[in-house]
Amino acid sequence: MEKLLELCNISKSFNKELVLDEFNLYVKRNEFVTLLGPSGCGKTTALRIIGGFEKPDRGSVFFEGKDITDLAPHKRNLNTVFQKYALFPHMNVEENIAFGLKIKNKSKQYIEDKIKYALKLVNLDGYGKRSVDAMSGGQQQRVAIARAIVNEPQMLLLDEPLAALDLKLGQDMQYELIRLKNELGITFLYVTHDQEEALTISDTIVVMNQGYIQQIGTPESIYNEPENAFVADFIGDSNIIDGTMIEDKLVKFLGVKFECVDVGFGSNKPVDVVLRPEDVILVDPQDSELKGVVTSLIFKGVHYEMDVMANGYELLVHSTKMLPVGTQVGVCVDPENIQIMNKPASEDEEVASLED
Amino acid sequence: MKIKLSKKWLASPYVIWMIGFIILPLITIFIYGFTVSKTDSSFTLDNIINAAKDEVNLKAMGLSLLISLISTVICFLLAYPLAMCLNNLKMKRKTFVVFLFILPMWLNFTLQMTAINAILEQEGILNLILTKLGMDPLHIANTPYAIVIGMILDYFPFMLLPIYNVISRIDHRLIEASRDLGANNFKTFFKIIFPLSLPGVISGVTMVFVPAISDFAIAEILGGGRLLLVGNIIEQDFKLGKYNTGSGLALILMAFVLITMALTSGKSDKEGGSML
Repeated sequence: MEKLLELCNISKSFNKELVLDEFNLYVKRNEFVTLLGPSGCGKTTALRIIGGFEKPDRGSVFFEGKDITDLAPHKRNLNTVFQKYALFPHMNVEENIAFGLKIKNKSKQYIEDKIKYALKLVNLDGYGKRSVDAMSGGQQQRVAIARAIVNEPQMLLLDEPLAALDLKLGQDMQYELIRLKNELGITFLYVTHDQEEALTISDTIVVMNQGYIQQIGTPESIYNEPENAFVADFIGDSNIIDGTMIEDKLVKFLGVKFECVDVGFGSNKPVDVVLRPEDVILVDPQDSELKGVVTSLIFKGVHYEMDVMANGYELLVHSTKMLPVGTQVGVCVDPENIQIMNKPASEDEEVASLED
Repeated sequence: MKIKLSKKWLASPYVIWMIGFIILPLITIFIYGFTVSKTDSSFTLDNIINAAKDEVNLKAMGLSLLISLISTVICFLLAYPLAMCLNNLKMKRKTFVVFLFILPMWLNFTLQMTAINAILEQEGILNLILTKLGMDPLHIANTPYAIVIGMILDYFPFMLLPIYNVISRIDHRLIEASRDLGANNFKTFFKIIFPLSLPGVISGVTMVFVPAISDFAIAEILGGGRLLLVGNIIEQDFKLGKYNTGSGLALILMAFVLITMALTSGKSDKEGGSML
């Protein structure tokens, strides 16, 4: 697939604080790409540079192969759905949606048809004459999306569009977005700090921290094979444990040797070991070398969340089995569920990946 | 309920003030305006009809309307671009610059007007400079032009502040959204910024136009006593004890003001109310 958008060596600082440093990224046509990271990681700045609202200090933005770094926002063939929607308060729903089309001097009939089509697409049939103030957050969100897509942009930029919605509505909107993307064939570039959201809707996730890309991959690879401690920590709950790679397919942590599937880390090398809480299996104490005791128990609905103290480390465990506090347990992990990561090579890298 | 009552109670000092200095005088003006004389309290419309027929009054009304309209328009034309510029300044400097433009409000009014006179009069500073440059002196003092200049100086902050307030509160993302949807700066201004700033414009226009049309002090100082505005005639009537004719004229003026406010307030409500 061809590259629709490409960012090359983008650097940007505000008040001498570096927000993006030598940032490189490309988005393929028809892809749903999510920039994911904590606040202040530079994801919104990247989006604003693509939209044309910020100029990078260095580097170039290419869109459909053309350099658009210096192009004004209104000349770019992409549209933004803003955080908190930014609907025009002095216009009703229809007028908001028609704004971009009127600017482009489209015919009255064309505009009417487009409004009708867009309202149907975002499930707001019959809301055209409403004042935007009289609508709920979710409805305003849909209007904002409709206002952007009637312009038939090559690419839609979405800046935390669901952040202001409550949990259930936000989840519904996630499915709506996936449906829209499939129906419209528009490329989506999405910015969020919500990892569950990112895992649900994206084709590709770009995990960012401190202006640097930490990992690019599919939701599955990001979740199952985090490349460093930051990604592992940021995506879902995880136990990150100091360990030693004894040899290929054998790792030692918490004083016990475990079989694993990773190779190529060398022998007797210090590594970080990531265990997802749902991958930790609690068994009878005599069935495992690693023994521990349950120190806390919380009911979470789908599962129980437990802390297990084992050899001085408090492991987070998710299990459907309830074990009361004080229970002696053995700890097991399937070899394929043990994720090995290199320790950060330098202190700088450590800072860049762990500081928030 | 108790809380509501106690909150209402807090307004009572002003209510007393309002009754004493606004409602009662207003009633008095109505009574005088619709009665024959102090001794004869029979109802009549003559005060109003005669006031509206009198040629001097009509001329004064025309001049008042013209001068206040011109002053309002010039104030607006000066204030709007300035408010836009102020809004684009960096936060720290903003407060200071706004303060600079409000500063004239702190100067004594008579002093301001006397200073303008000193600049504009026949032998004044302006003409001194003009003759030095080899140009003909201007006859501005004691003309409507002088009054307009005085009004602009005096009322300008009342135009600037509400407009600046509204513009500074426009969500910057709306402007970005407009640009994003294909509008250039020019279209963004006319389709987004200006419509959203209308409440401030209406406030500003009202706060300049209403005092300007009923003004008499500026006209007296800068008009040299030769130019009569409606305010001057009302003042004269009351000084000469002609309370009934004076009140009649005052009622006509009030009608003017009410019509202006009615014309503008409907619009301002629709746009979410004025900011002042």
